Amino acid sequence: MGKRSVIPFGPQHPVLPEPIHLDLVVEDEKVVEAIPSVGFVHRGLESLVTKKDFNTMAYVAERTCGICSFMHGMGYCECVENMMGVEVPIRAKFLRTIWSEMSRVHSHLLWLGLLADGFGHENLFYQCWRIRERILDMLEMTTGGRCIFSVNQVGGVLKDIPDDMLKSIEEAITDIEAELKVVQKTLLYDYTVKSRLCGVGILTKEQAHDLGTVGPFMRASGIKSDMRLRGYDAYPYLDFEPITSDDCDCYARCDVRTREIFQAIDLIRQAIAKMPSETDLAVQVKDKPSGEYFMRVEQPRGEAVYYTKGNGSMFLDRMRIRTPTFANLPGLCETLKGADLADVGLLVITIDPCVSCTER
Amino acid sequence: MDNKCPENVLEVIQTSELLVKVMEKKKQGLRLAQACAAVTEGHTQLSYSFANDEDFGLTTLRIVLEDNEEVPSITEIIPYAFFYENEMKELFGVNIKMINLDYNNKLYRIEEDTPFLPKGKEEA
Amino acid sequence: MAKVSRSPWLLHYDGSSCNGCDIEVLACLTPVYDAERLGIINTGDPMQADIFLITGGINTQNQAVVKQLYDQMPRPKVVVAVGVCACTGGIFKECYNILGGADTVIPVDIYVPGCAARPQAIIDGIVKAVALFQQRSEEHDRLVKEGGKGAAVNG
Repeated sequence: MGKRSVIPFGPQHPVLPEPIHLDLVVEDEKVVEAIPSVGFVHRGLESLVTKKDFNTMAYVAERTCGICSFMHGMGYCECVENMMGVEVPIRAKFLRTIWSEMSRVHSHLLWLGLLADGFGHENLFYQCWRIRERILDMLEMTTGGRCIFSVNQVGGVLKDIPDDMLKSIEEAITDIEAELKVVQKTLLYDYTVKSRLCGVGILTKEQAHDLGTVGPFMRASGIKSDMRLRGYDAYPYLDFEPITSDDCDCYARCDVRTREIFQAIDLIRQAIAKMPSETDLAVQVKDKPSGEYFMRVEQPRGEAVYYTKGNGSMFLDRMRIRTPTFANLPGLCETLKGADLADVGLLVITIDPCVSCTER
Repeated sequence: MDNKCPENVLEVIQTSELLVKVMEKKKQGLRLAQACAAVTEGHTQLSYSFANDEDFGLTTLRIVLEDNEEVPSITEIIPYAFFYENEMKELFGVNIKMINLDYNNKLYRIEEDTPFLPKGKEEA
Repeated sequence: MAKVSRSPWLLHYDGSSCNGCDIEVLACLTPVYDAERLGIINTGDPMQADIFLITGGINTQNQAVVKQLYDQMPRPKVVVAVGVCACTGGIFKECYNILGGADTVIPVDIYVPGCAARPQAIIDGIVKAVALFQQRSEEHDRLVKEGGKGAAVNG
């Protein structure tokens, strides 16, 4: 038995764009245990409900995280809408679906780039981010923002996507699909990439379930579950199957997310084709919220749970966001056990950590 | 559309029943989706939500606490609940006993004690 | 800035930002916006960095981290606060765990506004930082030549 020592990992670390700290107990080169400590990005966002009314909170909720900002705003608004019994116009549902799937494309491409950077493939990183700029242009054209969109409100959406913009979105996603197919060849079939990812960081199906993991991390371990099948927004009108893989390793996670980009592109196409002709974008919300509701949406990183509780005034009693990374951290600690020290950075990246979400 | 998921279910239970109920849910193969605390009308309430990944149902167990009541930790049954419980403990001052990985109010390492409790109600 | 005669290295740290500014900073360094054409390069090592790019506000826990990173950087150095949270605390100013902008712990030279800050604005900030760094380096060199008192300038 080798000598045990503790190595601190983070908060400032070259592979991490965000601060997270892990205490790694290592024996020679093998990690025996990993203890996460969070709090570097903790702001106390949930406490703002007592200072901002429930309409304004939509913008605060959006700023939980800059990558899945749209989905956070949407999840919060849908939670409040459900709590108040507001039915959103059908066009707003389709628009939300389109923006959600565009966010998914942008988030997954961002992640693929970071992964490539994590295992030292600088060129691939640049390629992924170059492709991603195209979808950001589309988001900017339709919403006016690149990261924070502010198009959600309680009761619907604030902006419409006119037909000519829908057309250019279709053109853009066709281009992205073609370019991604080229990058995919390297990302999934290149010898160097495979030798770095295959068989690393195994999380079995049983472990994935027992540790409560969510999203692509869970689906890469062979559990077929996707919150979009719950049928919120326009998803009941669209045709899709959750993407899974049975390999349970880093390669599987990369594979699942790459295929999810193609799936998201397909979903955008379907949504554009089935776009209803009604022009209503939002309903007026005059009541003050009371009651409570749990809402779940599928974010790029997995299932997010929103909980709101009203008390009949303009200010909510409580808003709670359980973000996907929060649920995936126990799974990460499990995969780190027995990993080589050199793989730690890579493993942290494969769960697609969003620390800013996690700590709020 | 026919693939509508079941509505959310809320079960209000006693603190003493918590562990038994959680065990029941675990045996049904449900996943702990979230756990959180909230303060309403002077009482802290805890919610433990269990998700079914097959029919997408969500069942929430709810306990309402008396002042400074002791709550057993569910980490004995569901080990990964330690994050949620540490959060409740640190932000709401919930008195949770026997968490398997207890950060002792150092999860977020904030300076203010129990920031989510209404002002003037902090325990001495 | 007439001509660039130095190639400062850049250190990026995420204070308690929502990630929006972070990914925009990264987007700045990738092909479409390509801030590296200005002669800078992104590094993960504070000991080799000249420009400190900070996003997000300061909270009780990262206060010490930011201070330490700043102290580890060799003189002269330039600090750029990117995004409204790093400038003033922004939307999170009223949160219990936020102390305020980056200037609550370290001296900030250049403020880049926006939520999230746009790549164009970030590049503008970097250009200003490069110019300021050049000016400070020249001053630093002159003082060192005069009598080894270089450590006295620029805090």
